[in-house]
Amino acid sequence: MARVLLQVPATARRGEVIEIRALIQHPMETGFRPDASGVVAPRDIIRRFVCTWDGETVFSAELHPAIAANPYLSFTALATASGTLEFAWTGDNGFAQTETRRVTVTE
Amino acid sequence: MRRAVALLLLLAAAPARAEERRSGFADMAPATRAMQQNDMANPGMLWALEGEALWQRPAGAAARSCADCHGDAAVSMRGVAARYPAMDPGEGRAVDLAGRIALCQARHQGAEPAPRESQAALALAAYVAHQSRGMPIAPPADAGMDAVRAEGRALYRARRGQLDLSCAQCHDDNAGRRLAGSVIPQGHPTGYPLYRLEWQALGSLQRRLRGCMTGVRAAPPAYGAADLIAIEAYLMGRAAGMPLETPAVRP
Repeated sequence: MARVLLQVPATARRGEVIEIRALIQHPMETGFRPDASGVVAPRDIIRRFVCTWDGETVFSAELHPAIAANPYLSFTALATASGTLEFAWTGDNGFAQTETRRVTVTE
Repeated sequence: MRRAVALLLLLAAAPARAEERRSGFADMAPATRAMQQNDMANPGMLWALEGEALWQRPAGAAARSCADCHGDAAVSMRGVAARYPAMDPGEGRAVDLAGRIALCQARHQGAEPAPRESQAALALAAYVAHQSRGMPIAPPADAGMDAVRAEGRALYRARRGQLDLSCAQCHDDNAGRRLAGSVIPQGHPTGYPLYRLEWQALGSLQRRLRGCMTGVRAAPPAYGAADLIAIEAYLMGRAAGMPLETPAVRP
């Protein structure tokens, strides 16, 4: 399991735009880098990130080899109703990780 | 007499006024500073989190975890990183924090210590050093360490490599000026192990020192070598009183 740092407000007012930040530990090996012995390391990257709010996608991203290790994504969402945010990263070599956070929306 | 000489050497090594010393933090871009100061954006915290898990995990023949002996790291490890490198009485030599952790793993857990600069070794060192964040660097003032620091000072001033440069020629004589667009820092090791954007990973002070030595085209000593620990001890002595930032972020 990769380590994850998620910044999600626990509560928000209805209609508020909340900022969400997601940082995950991953080498993002490009597949182009030769190591000290000249052998090119096979590609190992996260390909896709999806954030859903009670099943509805609020943000998604496709990641590519030029993206730095430990990718950090920051985005916003409109708080309409209390719900569970699910963060899912999927990538090469069967990499799959899911985290959830609860957001309570008040009037 | 020898103590007095060592003390004089130390006094001569320390800059005249504390406010003249600058952490590399002060020279970073605002975005990089913000990254270090926000624990949710600082990638070094990923290693500290991993170290926290390792702290709790039983290992080795004794099947003991770090926490079984040391308890809550927030209490037992507070201020520890600020005192290293220090003399290890059992080994009779100076060891740095990573070396101390490895010795503890071998002696008390009966475990094969994680290799230097491995993910596990860096994670544990980052977690332990993180407990001292904000505390002033407080090098131990024993005669043994004075000798190690004097040796480190000599190494810091020794010209090396094909470029025939010493550490002091950049980090003392030209600190604050630019080398290929980057500000030359004063070389205060306040945030190790730290996350370097160039490395895209956490790394130790020894990795930094070896990188600099390769830069002047000198053959760097192996990880854990006495020379590297001596330079570490000298640099920590120079930075005495400056607050620790582990895990820092640097460009």
